[in-house]
Amino acid sequence: MMPRRSRWAGAALAASVLLSACGGGDSVRTHDITRLVPALAFSLEDDRGAKVSAQDYSGKVTLLLFGYTHCPDVCQTTLAELAQTLRASGAGSEDARVLFVTVDPARDSTAVMRAYAQAFGPRFVGLRGDAAALDALTRRYRVSYSLGKPDAQGQYEVNHSSAVFVFDRDGRARLLFTPKDAPDAMAQDLRRLMFGTAAAAG
Amino acid sequence: MTTLLQALAFLAPWEFSPLLFVSCVVALALYLRGLGRVPAAQRPRMGRRIAFFSGLALVYFVMQTYYDFLSQHMFYLHRLQHLVLHHLGPFLIALSAPLAVMAAGVPARIGTRPFERFWRAPATRLGYRLLQNTVVAPVLFVGLIWFWLNSRIHFDAMLSEPLYWVMNWSMLIDGLLFWILMLDPRTRAEGALLGFGLRILIVLAAMVPQMLIGAHIALSERDLYDVYAVCGRAWDIDPLRDQHIGGLITWIPAAMMHVIAALILIGRWARSDRNLAGREREASMSRAASVQGGGT
Repeated sequence: MMPRRSRWAGAALAASVLLSACGGGDSVRTHDITRLVPALAFSLEDDRGAKVSAQDYSGKVTLLLFGYTHCPDVCQTTLAELAQTLRASGAGSEDARVLFVTVDPARDSTAVMRAYAQAFGPRFVGLRGDAAALDALTRRYRVSYSLGKPDAQGQYEVNHSSAVFVFDRDGRARLLFTPKDAPDAMAQDLRRLMFGTAAAAG
Repeated sequence: MTTLLQALAFLAPWEFSPLLFVSCVVALALYLRGLGRVPAAQRPRMGRRIAFFSGLALVYFVMQTYYDFLSQHMFYLHRLQHLVLHHLGPFLIALSAPLAVMAAGVPARIGTRPFERFWRAPATRLGYRLLQNTVVAPVLFVGLIWFWLNSRIHFDAMLSEPLYWVMNWSMLIDGLLFWILMLDPRTRAEGALLGFGLRILIVLAAMVPQMLIGAHIALSERDLYDVYAVCGRAWDIDPLRDQHIGGLITWIPAAMMHVIAALILIGRWARSDRNLAGREREASMSRAASVQGGGT
């Protein structure tokens, strides 16, 4: 569904993308997704079983990513890198939250998600929802996931997005981290978003 | 039964666009209504009708079914989508030269007057002539392909829904403009903007940069479009394999469409020359006859 004004917004966006592509005077070292991606909105369950929505995290910079606890390596690496990035950025516990949404709710129970998320630190929250809630969220952020073929033990892999969407304290989409982004670039961009300055605190 | 339901689910739009849906329905309705109303002698032959219906159906299919989702999450399917939007679909529609039939399909209550007035307005004429200029048309055609395939711009277009629609609409509209200009059945004397010779030149010149862009993507060993890895591919495939197939689609079938267009134009050029020569011969013969008649 596409409201009419967003088509004009799209035309303006195309122009601004063209301009920024020519200008190159970009201070964001990861990816600037301001106005490209919709604001944070979801309705899921957190890893304590409570129903949560974007409002529960307003006032904090929010990092949203998709994955699953049986993920062979990518998810752990990404989450560990984010933990390191948050430490490097000097984010206090009131400044940032990492929302890890499972794309495998069948195997990732609330308890499994809690244990997994907490291993990375207090700012990490595991979120899960039913297929409809998950599909609404992946559709909103234009990411995909697909289940692989189960092996003899019934285990399977899930192909999923590796993007980390970063939203500011008001829930607006601002940054996108990809596996190619260096931790210090992510930390610098996060600092600017949280404290308005790119300089390392203390 | 389940396969039927699956097929129907596939045909449901992934992101419904009222504008595209209405445009397709109106075009189809006008054409069908027009077919019943034009005099039998002017009714387009079966081949031209099939070209129109299949062109329109292809455009609708790649934008308003689950295929649209797949092309958002697989580079080579995206290239196939753009091949349809920029080449195949508009090519077939332009080949069918549907405007006369569609005009006949306009309900009498509305009449073709408002369209004619719009068409004759100086601003419309100026804008159209500018876009369909000998240099501007092919530069725009190739430039759009290049623009949306720029790694950074492609990244943003695949993340943002409004930008994604701007990309696809721009390809479709430019495809229609370009192929209508190229495949105009009329000669220059009959009202076409460009002569056959010039059109052959343009259509072949526009082919070369596309082959270079396609070859660059197909032969690159670097993942140029990481947005598909970042947002997740529709299914598991090696990223470089995906990119190479996508490059080949940009390179070869697109170039072939230009060759086909050139062949069609050469054929039409030859036929128009023969017709012209025939008419001149007839004219000189009748002149000779009248001179002879006058002599006796």
